[in-house]
Amino acid sequence: MIRALGRSALAVVSELGEMSLFSMAALRGFVVQRHRLAKLVTAIHEIGVRCLPIVFTVGLFTGLVMGLQLYYTLVRLGAEAALGDAVGLSIVRELGPVLTALMVVGQAGSALASELGIQRNDEQIDALQTMGVDSKGYLVGARLVAAVLCFPMLTAIFDLVGIFGGYLTGSVLLGVDAGVYWHHIESSIGWDDVSGGFIKALAFGFITISICAYRGYNTHRKASFPGVRGVSESATRAVVWSSVSVLAADYLITSFLI
Amino acid sequence: MVQRQRAGSGLFNHFFFDLMDEVFLKIRGLKKHFGSNRVLDGVDLDVARASVTTIIGKSGIGKSVLLKCLANLLTPDAGAIELEGQPIAKSRQSSDREAGVSFSYMFQNNALFDSMTAADNVALPLVEASKMKRAEIRDQVAEMLAHLELTDSAQRYPGELSGGMKKRVALARALITKPQLVLFDEPTTGLDPERKFGVFEMIADYRERFGFTALLVSHDIPEVFEISDKVAWLDEGIIKFFGPPSELNEDAESALSGFLNKANYGRKSNV
Repeated sequence: MIRALGRSALAVVSELGEMSLFSMAALRGFVVQRHRLAKLVTAIHEIGVRCLPIVFTVGLFTGLVMGLQLYYTLVRLGAEAALGDAVGLSIVRELGPVLTALMVVGQAGSALASELGIQRNDEQIDALQTMGVDSKGYLVGARLVAAVLCFPMLTAIFDLVGIFGGYLTGSVLLGVDAGVYWHHIESSIGWDDVSGGFIKALAFGFITISICAYRGYNTHRKASFPGVRGVSESATRAVVWSSVSVLAADYLITSFLI
Repeated sequence: MVQRQRAGSGLFNHFFFDLMDEVFLKIRGLKKHFGSNRVLDGVDLDVARASVTTIIGKSGIGKSVLLKCLANLLTPDAGAIELEGQPIAKSRQSSDREAGVSFSYMFQNNALFDSMTAADNVALPLVEASKMKRAEIRDQVAEMLAHLELTDSAQRYPGELSGGMKKRVALARALITKPQLVLFDEPTTGLDPERKFGVFEMIADYRERFGFTALLVSHDIPEVFEISDKVAWLDEGIIKFFGPPSELNEDAESALSGFLNKANYGRKSNV
Protein backbone atom coordinates (compact mmCIF):
# COMPACT_ATOMS: atom_id res chain seq x y z
CA MET A 1 0.00 0.00 0.00
CA ILE A 2 2.82 2.37 0.90
CA ARG A 3 4.49 1.47 -2.39
CA ALA A 4 1.29 2.27 -4.31
CA LEU A 5 0.96 5.54 -2.45
CA GLY A 6 4.56 6.43 -3.29
CA ARG A 7 4.01 5.55 -6.94
CA SER A 8 0.94 7.78 -7.08
CA ALA A 9 2.80 10.64 -5.42
CA LEU A 10 5.67 10.27 -7.87
CA ALA A 11 3.22 10.21 -10.77
CA VAL A 12 1.61 13.43 -9.55
CA VAL A 13 4.99 15.14 -9.16
CA SER A 14 6.08 13.93 -12.58
CA GLU A 15 2.81 15.17 -14.13
CA LEU A 16 3.24 18.55 -12.44
CA GLY A 17 6.78 18.81 -13.76
CA GLU A 18 5.71 17.83 -17.25
CA MET A 19 2.88 20.36 -17.16
CA SER A 20 5.19 23.14 -15.98
CA LEU A 21 7.61 22.39 -18.81
CA PHE A 22 4.69 22.34 -21.25
CA SER A 23 3.49 25.76 -20.08
CA MET A 24 6.99 27.22 -20.21
CA ALA A 25 7.49 25.85 -23.72
CA ALA A 26 4.15 27.37 -24.76
CA LEU A 27 5.12 30.79 -23.38
CA ARG A 28 8.57 30.59 -24.95
CA GLY A 29 6.99 29.56 -28.23
CA PHE A 30 4.56 32.47 -28.06
CA VAL A 31 7.35 35.00 -27.54
CA VAL A 32 9.01 34.01 -30.82
CA GLN A 33 5.74 33.65 -32.80
CA ARG A 34 4.74 35.94 -35.61
CA HIS A 35 1.52 38.00 -35.32
CA ARG A 36 1.52 37.72 -31.54
CA LEU A 37 -0.80 40.66 -31.00
CA ALA A 38 -3.51 39.28 -33.30
CA LYS A 39 -3.36 35.90 -31.56
CA LEU A 40 -3.47 37.55 -28.15
CA VAL A 41 -6.54 39.62 -29.11
CA THR A 42 -8.32 36.47 -30.30
CA ALA A 43 -7.41 34.64 -27.09
CA ILE A 44 -8.59 37.58 -24.94
CA HIS A 45 -11.87 37.48 -26.83
CA GLU A 46 -12.20 33.72 -26.15
CA ILE A 47 -11.26 33.78 -22.49
CA GLY A 48 -12.25 37.30 -21.49
CA VAL A 49 -15.10 38.63 -23.59
CA ARG A 50 -16.97 35.37 -24.07
CA CYS A 51 -16.84 34.60 -20.35
CA LEU A 52 -18.12 38.03 -19.37
CA PRO A 53 -21.86 37.18 -19.39
CA ILE A 54 -21.46 34.08 -17.21
CA VAL A 55 -19.12 35.87 -14.78
CA PHE A 56 -21.57 38.79 -14.61
CA THR A 57 -24.55 36.51 -13.97
CA VAL A 58 -22.84 34.35 -11.37
CA GLY A 59 -21.38 37.43 -9.68
CA LEU A 60 -24.83 39.03 -9.42
CA PHE A 61 -26.52 35.94 -7.99
CA THR A 62 -23.65 35.32 -5.58
CA GLY A 63 -24.00 38.89 -4.28
CA LEU A 64 -27.77 38.51 -4.01
CA VAL A 65 -27.49 35.27 -2.04
CA MET A 66 -24.68 36.59 0.14
CA GLY A 67 -26.76 39.68 0.96
CA LEU A 68 -29.69 37.51 1.91
CA GLN A 69 -27.82 34.92 3.98
CA LEU A 70 -25.54 37.36 5.77
CA TYR A 71 -28.36 39.79 6.56
CA TYR A 72 -30.36 37.12 8.42
CA THR A 73 -27.23 35.97 10.26
CA LEU A 74 -26.15 39.49 11.20
CA VAL A 75 -29.62 40.65 12.18
CA ARG A 76 -29.68 38.00 14.92
CA LEU A 77 -26.59 39.61 16.39
CA GLY A 78 -27.97 43.10 15.84
CA ALA A 79 -25.10 43.79 13.47
CA GLU A 80 -26.91 44.17 10.14
CA ALA A 81 -25.01 47.42 9.57
CA ALA A 82 -21.92 45.29 9.01
CA LEU A 83 -23.51 43.69 5.95
CA GLY A 84 -21.25 45.72 3.66
CA ASP A 85 -18.11 44.47 5.41
CA ALA A 86 -19.25 40.84 5.30
CA VAL A 87 -20.38 40.85 1.68
CA GLY A 88 -17.45 42.94 0.42
CA LEU A 89 -14.68 41.04 2.16
CA SER A 90 -15.98 37.58 1.39
CA ILE A 91 -16.43 38.43 -2.26
CA VAL A 92 -13.19 40.33 -2.79
CA ARG A 93 -10.98 37.94 -0.83
CA GLU A 94 -12.47 34.55 -1.68
CA LEU A 95 -15.59 34.19 -3.72
CA GLY A 96 -14.62 36.59 -6.51
CA PRO A 97 -11.37 34.92 -7.59
CA VAL A 98 -12.52 31.35 -6.91
CA LEU A 99 -15.94 31.48 -8.56
CA THR A 100 -14.60 33.49 -11.50
CA ALA A 101 -11.93 30.84 -12.05
CA LEU A 102 -14.47 28.02 -11.82
CA MET A 103 -16.78 29.76 -14.29
CA VAL A 104 -13.97 30.39 -16.80
CA VAL A 105 -12.82 26.77 -16.44
CA GLY A 106 -16.37 25.61 -17.17
CA GLN A 107 -16.66 27.76 -20.26
CA ALA A 108 -13.26 28.52 -21.80
CA GLY A 109 -11.18 25.76 -20.19
CA SER A 110 -13.40 22.88 -21.26
CA ALA A 111 -13.67 24.35 -24.76
CA LEU A 112 -9.90 24.67 -24.95
CA ALA A 113 -9.30 21.08 -23.84
CA SER A 114 -11.88 19.75 -26.33
CA GLU A 115 -10.56 21.88 -29.19
CA LEU A 116 -6.97 20.78 -28.64
CA GLY A 117 -8.08 17.17 -28.23
CA ILE A 118 -9.91 17.26 -31.55
CA GLN A 119 -6.94 18.97 -33.21
CA ARG A 120 -4.69 16.24 -31.84
CA ASN A 121 -6.99 13.47 -33.12
CA ASP A 122 -7.29 15.15 -36.54
CA GLU A 123 -3.48 15.39 -36.77
CA GLN A 124 -3.70 19.18 -36.99
CA ILE A 125 -1.09 19.51 -34.25
CA ASP A 126 1.21 17.12 -36.13
CA ALA A 127 0.56 19.16 -39.28
CA LEU A 128 1.75 22.32 -37.53
CA GLN A 129 4.93 20.56 -36.48
CA THR A 130 5.63 19.37 -40.01
CA MET A 131 5.18 22.97 -41.20
CA GLY A 132 7.91 24.08 -38.81
CA VAL A 133 5.40 25.90 -36.57
CA ASP A 134 5.85 25.61 -32.81
CA SER A 135 2.48 24.04 -32.03
CA LYS A 136 2.58 24.79 -28.30
CA GLY A 137 3.41 28.43 -28.91
CA TYR A 138 0.83 28.71 -31.68
CA LEU A 139 -2.07 26.96 -29.94
CA VAL A 140 -1.43 27.51 -26.24
CA GLY A 141 0.97 30.43 -25.69
CA ALA A 142 -1.44 33.27 -26.46
CA ARG A 143 -4.18 31.66 -24.36
CA LEU A 144 -1.91 31.44 -21.33
CA VAL A 145 -0.98 35.12 -21.62
CA ALA A 146 -4.63 36.01 -22.18
CA ALA A 147 -5.66 34.03 -19.09
CA VAL A 148 -3.15 35.86 -16.92
CA LEU A 149 -4.47 39.19 -18.26
CA CYS A 150 -8.19 38.34 -18.21
CA PHE A 151 -8.65 36.51 -14.90
CA PRO A 152 -7.91 39.58 -12.72
CA MET A 153 -10.18 41.73 -14.90
CA LEU A 154 -13.01 39.21 -14.78
CA THR A 155 -12.48 38.90 -11.03
CA ALA A 156 -12.75 42.66 -10.67
CA ILE A 157 -16.02 42.61 -12.60
CA PHE A 158 -17.30 39.72 -10.46
CA ASP A 159 -16.38 41.65 -7.31
CA LEU A 160 -18.19 44.80 -8.42
CA VAL A 161 -21.30 43.00 -9.59
CA GLY A 162 -21.33 40.81 -6.45
CA ILE A 163 -21.09 43.80 -4.14
CA PHE A 164 -23.90 45.44 -6.11
CA GLY A 165 -25.96 42.23 -5.71
CA GLY A 166 -25.41 42.43 -1.93
CA TYR A 167 -26.66 46.03 -2.05
CA LEU A 168 -29.78 44.96 -3.97
CA THR A 169 -30.87 42.39 -1.36
CA GLY A 170 -29.41 44.09 1.70
CA SER A 171 -30.50 47.66 1.05
CA VAL A 172 -33.19 47.66 -1.63
CA LEU A 173 -35.00 44.50 -0.48
CA LEU A 174 -34.28 44.19 3.24
CA GLY A 175 -33.86 47.81 4.21
CA VAL A 176 -30.25 48.25 5.32
CA ASP A 177 -29.37 51.90 4.84
CA ALA A 178 -27.61 52.33 1.48
CA GLY A 179 -25.16 54.91 2.86
CA VAL A 180 -24.22 52.54 5.69
CA TYR A 181 -23.77 49.63 3.25
CA TRP A 182 -21.48 51.56 0.90
CA HIS A 183 -19.59 53.20 3.75
CA HIS A 184 -18.80 49.78 5.22
CA ILE A 185 -17.75 48.51 1.83
CA GLU A 186 -15.37 51.45 1.45
CA SER A 187 -13.94 51.32 4.93
CA SER A 188 -13.54 47.56 5.25
CA ILE A 189 -11.97 46.64 1.92
CA GLY A 190 -8.33 47.61 1.83
CA TRP A 191 -5.75 47.44 -0.95
CA ASP A 192 -4.37 44.24 0.58
CA ASP A 193 -7.72 42.52 0.11
CA VAL A 194 -7.98 43.65 -3.52
CA SER A 195 -4.39 42.81 -4.41
CA GLY A 196 -4.70 39.44 -2.64
CA GLY A 197 -7.72 38.64 -4.80
CA PHE A 198 -5.82 39.67 -7.93
CA ILE A 199 -2.80 37.56 -6.98
CA LYS A 200 -5.13 34.59 -6.65
CA ALA A 201 -6.78 35.42 -9.98
CA LEU A 202 -3.38 35.57 -11.72
CA ALA A 203 -2.37 32.21 -10.27
CA PHE A 204 -5.74 30.61 -11.06
CA GLY A 205 -5.60 31.88 -14.63
CA PHE A 206 -2.19 30.37 -15.24
CA ILE A 207 -2.93 27.08 -13.45
CA THR A 208 -6.34 26.39 -14.97
CA ILE A 209 -5.52 27.22 -18.56
CA SER A 210 -2.23 25.29 -18.26
CA ILE A 211 -4.10 22.19 -17.04
CA CYS A 212 -6.82 22.45 -19.70
CA ALA A 213 -4.32 23.02 -22.51
CA TYR A 214 -2.02 20.26 -21.28
CA ARG A 215 -4.85 17.71 -21.07
CA GLY A 216 -6.21 18.62 -24.50
CA TYR A 217 -2.83 18.78 -26.22
CA ASN A 218 -1.83 15.40 -24.79
CA THR A 219 -5.14 13.64 -25.43
CA HIS A 220 -3.31 10.91 -27.39
CA ARG A 221 -1.06 10.13 -24.42
CA LYS A 222 -3.23 10.83 -21.41
CA ALA A 223 -6.71 9.65 -22.33
CA SER A 224 -7.66 6.01 -21.72
CA PHE A 225 -9.62 5.84 -24.99
CA PRO A 226 -8.85 6.95 -28.52
CA GLY A 227 -11.14 9.16 -30.62
CA VAL A 228 -14.19 11.02 -29.40
CA ARG A 229 -14.25 9.30 -25.99
CA GLY A 230 -10.65 10.34 -25.48
CA VAL A 231 -11.53 13.96 -26.21
CA SER A 232 -14.49 13.89 -23.83
CA GLU A 233 -12.32 12.27 -21.16
CA SER A 234 -9.64 14.94 -21.62
CA ALA A 235 -12.19 17.74 -21.34
CA THR A 236 -13.80 16.23 -18.24
CA ARG A 237 -10.48 15.63 -16.51
CA ALA A 238 -9.29 19.10 -17.45
CA VAL A 239 -12.33 20.67 -15.77
CA VAL A 240 -12.14 18.43 -12.69
CA TRP A 241 -8.41 18.90 -12.13
CA SER A 242 -8.58 22.62 -12.82
CA SER A 243 -11.39 23.04 -10.30
CA VAL A 244 -9.61 21.00 -7.64
CA SER A 245 -6.38 22.93 -8.33
CA VAL A 246 -8.19 26.26 -7.92
CA LEU A 247 -9.42 25.24 -4.47
CA ALA A 248 -6.05 23.81 -3.43
CA ALA A 249 -4.17 26.87 -4.73
CA ASP A 250 -6.69 29.11 -2.99
CA TYR A 251 -5.91 27.50 0.35
CA LEU A 252 -2.16 27.75 -0.23
CA ILE A 253 -2.19 31.38 -1.37
CA THR A 254 -4.58 32.41 1.42
CA SER A 255 -2.30 30.81 4.01
CA PHE A 256 0.59 32.88 2.66
CA LEU A 257 -1.39 36.10 2.41
CA ILE A 258 -2.97 36.02 5.88
CA MET B 1 3.39 6.91 -67.06
CA VAL B 2 6.93 6.47 -65.75
CA GLN B 3 7.82 4.18 -68.60
CA ARG B 4 6.50 6.69 -71.14
CA GLN B 5 8.69 9.41 -69.65
CA ARG B 6 11.74 7.21 -69.74
CA ALA B 7 11.15 6.45 -73.38
CA GLY B 8 11.31 10.18 -74.16
CA SER B 9 14.47 11.93 -75.24
CA GLY B 10 15.96 15.42 -75.15
CA LEU B 11 17.90 17.63 -72.81
CA PHE B 12 15.14 17.85 -70.20
CA ASN B 13 14.79 14.09 -69.86
CA HIS B 14 18.56 13.68 -69.73
CA PHE B 15 18.80 16.21 -66.91
CA PHE B 16 15.71 14.84 -65.17
CA PHE B 17 16.93 11.26 -65.06
CA ASP B 18 20.43 12.34 -64.03
CA LEU B 19 18.80 14.00 -61.07
CA MET B 20 16.77 10.88 -60.37
CA ASP B 21 19.91 8.80 -60.03
CA GLU B 22 21.08 10.95 -57.15
CA VAL B 23 20.20 9.67 -53.66
CA PHE B 24 18.19 12.38 -51.99
CA LEU B 25 16.88 10.64 -48.89
CA LYS B 26 18.93 7.94 -47.22
CA ILE B 27 17.60 5.79 -44.40
CA ARG B 28 19.87 3.37 -42.60
CA GLY B 29 19.05 0.89 -39.83
CA LEU B 30 15.90 2.71 -38.72
CA LYS B 31 14.33 1.10 -35.67
CA LYS B 32 11.20 1.96 -33.75
CA HIS B 33 9.34 -0.08 -31.19
CA PHE B 34 6.23 0.51 -29.10
CA GLY B 35 6.52 -1.51 -25.92
CA SER B 36 7.42 -5.04 -26.97
CA ASN B 37 6.18 -4.48 -30.54
CA ARG B 38 9.12 -3.93 -32.90
CA VAL B 39 7.46 -1.98 -35.70
CA LEU B 40 10.57 -0.94 -37.59
CA ASP B 41 13.51 -3.29 -37.17
CA GLY B 42 16.29 -1.82 -39.28
CA VAL B 43 14.80 -0.12 -42.33
CA ASP B 44 17.26 0.77 -45.11
CA LEU B 45 16.01 2.84 -48.03
CA ASP B 46 17.50 5.14 -50.68
CA VAL B 47 15.12 7.54 -52.34
CA ALA B 48 16.29 9.20 -55.54
CA ARG B 49 15.84 12.91 -56.13
CA ALA B 50 12.66 13.93 -57.97
CA SER B 51 11.34 10.37 -57.92
CA VAL B 52 8.09 8.88 -56.63
CA THR B 53 8.69 6.04 -54.20
CA THR B 54 5.75 4.11 -52.81
CA ILE B 55 5.85 2.11 -49.61
CA ILE B 56 3.44 -0.80 -49.61
CA GLY B 57 2.68 -3.40 -46.99
CA LYS B 58 -0.03 -4.84 -44.81
CA SER B 59 -2.13 -2.58 -42.59
CA GLY B 60 -0.47 -1.88 -39.25
CA ILE B 61 2.94 -3.02 -40.48
CA GLY B 62 4.57 0.36 -39.77
CA LYS B 63 4.37 2.34 -43.02
CA SER B 64 2.93 5.44 -41.39
CA VAL B 65 5.34 5.04 -38.48
CA LEU B 66 8.19 5.18 -40.99
CA LEU B 67 6.81 8.41 -42.51
CA LYS B 68 6.30 9.91 -39.05
CA CYS B 69 9.90 9.10 -38.13
CA LEU B 70 10.98 10.92 -41.30
CA ALA B 71 8.78 13.89 -40.39
CA ASN B 72 10.19 13.97 -36.86
CA LEU B 73 6.73 13.33 -35.41
CA LEU B 74 8.14 10.17 -33.85
CA THR B 75 11.65 9.73 -32.55
CA PRO B 76 13.34 6.59 -33.89
CA ASP B 77 15.03 4.30 -31.37
CA ALA B 78 18.01 3.85 -33.64
CA GLY B 79 19.19 4.50 -37.17
CA ALA B 80 20.06 7.43 -39.38
CA ILE B 81 17.99 9.53 -41.75
CA GLU B 82 19.82 11.84 -44.11
CA LEU B 83 18.37 14.37 -46.49
CA GLU B 84 20.96 15.46 -49.03
CA GLY B 85 23.68 14.03 -46.82
CA GLN B 86 22.52 16.03 -43.78
CA PRO B 87 20.86 14.43 -40.73
CA ILE B 88 17.15 15.14 -41.21
CA ALA B 89 16.70 16.86 -37.83
CA LYS B 90 19.20 19.49 -38.97
CA SER B 91 17.64 19.93 -42.38
CA ARG B 92 14.29 20.71 -40.74
CA GLN B 93 15.55 23.83 -39.01
CA SER B 94 13.99 27.00 -40.34
CA SER B 95 17.24 28.49 -41.58
CA ASP B 96 17.73 25.46 -43.80
CA ARG B 97 14.10 25.62 -44.87
CA GLU B 98 14.76 29.10 -46.18
CA ALA B 99 17.85 27.83 -47.92
CA GLY B 100 15.60 25.44 -49.82
CA VAL B 101 15.99 22.11 -48.02
CA SER B 102 12.55 21.38 -46.69
CA PHE B 103 9.82 18.82 -46.70
CA SER B 104 6.08 18.68 -46.31
CA TYR B 105 3.67 16.05 -45.09
CA MET B 106 0.26 15.36 -46.56
CA PHE B 107 -1.84 13.64 -43.94
CA GLN B 108 -4.25 10.78 -44.49
CA ASN B 109 -7.22 12.87 -43.35
CA ASN B 110 -5.79 16.12 -44.72
CA ALA B 111 -5.41 17.73 -41.26
CA LEU B 112 -6.92 21.00 -42.47
CA PHE B 113 -7.92 23.60 -39.89
CA ASP B 114 -11.73 23.68 -39.85
CA SER B 115 -11.95 27.28 -38.68
CA MET B 116 -9.78 28.60 -41.52
CA THR B 117 -10.72 29.10 -45.15
CA ALA B 118 -8.97 27.09 -47.86
CA ALA B 119 -6.76 30.10 -48.64
CA ASP B 120 -5.83 30.58 -44.98
CA ASN B 121 -5.01 26.88 -44.64
CA VAL B 122 -2.70 27.08 -47.64
CA ALA B 123 -1.10 30.29 -46.37
CA LEU B 124 -0.52 28.94 -42.84
CA PRO B 125 3.05 27.62 -43.27
CA LEU B 126 4.14 30.88 -44.89
CA VAL B 127 2.33 33.10 -42.39
CA GLU B 128 3.72 31.27 -39.37
CA ALA B 129 7.07 29.88 -40.43
CA SER B 130 8.51 32.32 -42.95
CA LYS B 131 9.50 35.96 -42.93
CA MET B 132 7.53 36.80 -46.05
CA LYS B 133 5.34 39.87 -46.22
CA ARG B 134 1.55 39.55 -46.32
CA ALA B 135 1.24 40.77 -49.91
CA GLU B 136 3.87 38.30 -51.07
CA ILE B 137 2.11 35.46 -49.25
CA ARG B 138 -1.25 36.47 -50.75
CA ASP B 139 0.23 36.37 -54.26
CA GLN B 140 1.89 32.99 -53.75
CA VAL B 141 -1.27 31.48 -52.28
CA ALA B 142 -3.39 32.82 -55.14
CA GLU B 143 -0.92 31.36 -57.62
CA MET B 144 -0.91 27.97 -55.90
CA LEU B 145 -4.71 27.88 -55.65
CA ALA B 146 -4.91 28.71 -59.35
CA HIS B 147 -2.46 25.89 -60.16
CA LEU B 148 -4.70 23.45 -58.31
CA GLU B 149 -7.92 24.92 -59.72
CA LEU B 150 -9.09 26.05 -56.30
CA THR B 151 -9.47 29.77 -56.92
CA ASP B 152 -13.26 29.63 -56.67
CA SER B 153 -13.06 27.76 -53.38
CA ALA B 154 -10.43 29.99 -51.76
CA GLN B 155 -12.84 31.52 -49.26
CA ARG B 156 -14.68 28.33 -48.45
CA TYR B 157 -14.11 26.37 -45.25
CA PRO B 158 -12.94 22.72 -45.33
CA GLY B 159 -16.39 21.59 -44.19
CA GLU B 160 -17.86 23.09 -47.37
CA LEU B 161 -15.44 21.28 -49.71
CA SER B 162 -15.73 17.86 -51.33
CA GLY B 163 -13.26 15.08 -50.48
CA GLY B 164 -11.26 15.67 -53.65
CA MET B 165 -11.11 19.42 -53.09
CA LYS B 166 -9.90 18.92 -49.53
CA LYS B 167 -7.10 16.73 -50.89
CA ARG B 168 -6.15 19.48 -53.31
CA VAL B 169 -6.15 22.08 -50.52
CA ALA B 170 -3.96 19.77 -48.44
CA LEU B 171 -1.65 19.30 -51.41
CA ALA B 172 -1.54 23.07 -51.99
CA ARG B 173 -0.58 23.58 -48.35
CA ALA B 174 2.09 20.89 -48.65
CA LEU B 175 3.55 22.50 -51.76
CA ILE B 176 3.33 26.19 -50.85
CA THR B 177 6.73 26.13 -49.13
CA LYS B 178 8.27 24.67 -52.31
CA PRO B 179 9.47 21.55 -50.51
CA GLN B 180 12.03 19.20 -51.95
CA LEU B 181 10.46 16.16 -50.30
CA VAL B 182 6.74 15.54 -49.86
CA LEU B 183 5.55 12.68 -47.68
CA PHE B 184 2.08 11.39 -48.58
CA ASP B 185 0.36 9.24 -45.96
CA GLU B 186 -2.35 7.28 -47.78
CA PRO B 187 -3.43 10.28 -49.84
CA THR B 188 -6.46 8.53 -51.35
CA THR B 189 -8.14 7.31 -48.16
CA GLY B 190 -11.90 7.63 -48.34
CA LEU B 191 -12.06 8.49 -52.04
CA ASP B 192 -13.96 6.66 -54.75
CA PRO B 193 -11.91 4.95 -57.53
CA GLU B 194 -12.30 7.87 -59.93
CA ARG B 195 -11.14 10.41 -57.37
CA LYS B 196 -8.31 8.12 -56.28
CA PHE B 197 -7.02 8.10 -59.81
CA GLY B 198 -7.42 11.88 -59.90
CA VAL B 199 -5.28 12.29 -56.77
CA PHE B 200 -2.54 10.05 -58.17
CA GLU B 201 -2.56 11.99 -61.44
CA MET B 202 -2.39 15.20 -59.46
CA ILE B 203 0.64 13.97 -57.49
CA ALA B 204 2.42 12.86 -60.68
CA ASP B 205 1.52 16.07 -62.48
CA TYR B 206 2.69 18.37 -59.69
CA ARG B 207 5.80 16.31 -59.09
CA GLU B 208 6.74 17.05 -62.69
CA ARG B 209 5.74 20.68 -62.41
CA PHE B 210 7.40 21.44 -59.05
CA GLY B 211 10.15 18.82 -59.17
CA PHE B 212 9.78 17.53 -55.62
CA THR B 213 10.65 14.05 -54.42
CA ALA B 214 7.61 12.09 -53.31
CA LEU B 215 7.42 9.31 -50.76
CA LEU B 216 4.00 7.70 -50.60
CA VAL B 217 2.32 5.21 -48.37
CA SER B 218 -0.56 3.59 -50.19
CA HIS B 219 -2.84 0.57 -50.22
CA ASP B 220 -4.10 1.29 -53.72
CA ILE B 221 -2.46 -1.55 -55.58
CA PRO B 222 -1.91 -1.57 -58.51
CA GLU B 223 -3.19 1.99 -59.24
CA VAL B 224 -0.38 3.64 -57.29
CA PHE B 225 2.25 1.81 -59.37
CA GLU B 226 1.20 3.94 -62.35
CA ILE B 227 2.94 6.95 -60.83
CA SER B 228 5.68 5.14 -58.87
CA ASP B 229 9.29 5.03 -60.00
CA LYS B 230 10.19 2.67 -57.16
CA VAL B 231 8.21 0.47 -54.81
CA ALA B 232 9.37 -0.51 -51.33
CA TRP B 233 7.66 -3.43 -49.62
CA LEU B 234 7.76 -3.15 -45.84
CA ASP B 235 7.30 -6.43 -44.02
CA GLU B 236 8.35 -7.62 -40.55
CA GLY B 237 9.97 -4.26 -39.84
CA ILE B 238 12.33 -4.19 -42.82
CA ILE B 239 12.20 -3.33 -46.52
CA LYS B 240 12.06 -6.72 -48.22
CA PHE B 241 11.69 -5.51 -51.79
CA PHE B 242 12.87 -2.28 -53.38
CA GLY B 243 12.76 -1.70 -57.09
CA PRO B 244 10.67 -0.48 -59.99
CA PRO B 245 7.07 -1.71 -60.14
CA SER B 246 7.87 -3.62 -63.34
CA GLU B 247 10.19 -5.92 -61.32
CA LEU B 248 7.58 -6.74 -58.72
CA ASN B 249 6.52 -9.93 -60.46
CA GLU B 250 10.04 -11.03 -61.39
CA ASP B 251 11.69 -10.47 -58.04
CA ALA B 252 8.75 -11.35 -55.92
CA GLU B 253 9.49 -13.80 -53.16
CA SER B 254 6.58 -15.87 -51.95
CA ALA B 255 5.37 -13.58 -49.16
CA LEU B 256 5.36 -10.58 -51.52
CA SER B 257 3.52 -12.60 -54.16
CA GLY B 258 0.95 -13.53 -51.56
CA PHE B 259 0.54 -9.91 -50.52
CA LEU B 260 0.21 -8.71 -54.12
CA ASN B 261 -2.26 -11.45 -54.99
CA LYS B 262 -4.41 -10.47 -52.05
CA ALA B 263 -4.27 -6.92 -53.39
CA ASN B 264 -5.45 -8.22 -56.80
CA TYR B 265 -2.17 -7.11 -58.38
CA GLY B 266 -1.88 -10.01 -60.79
CA ARG B 267 -5.36 -9.51 -62.20
CA LYS B 268 -5.54 -5.73 -62.38
CA SER B 269 -1.97 -4.78 -63.08
CA ASN B 270 -1.11 -3.09 -66.32
CA VAL B 271 2.34 -1.90 -65.26
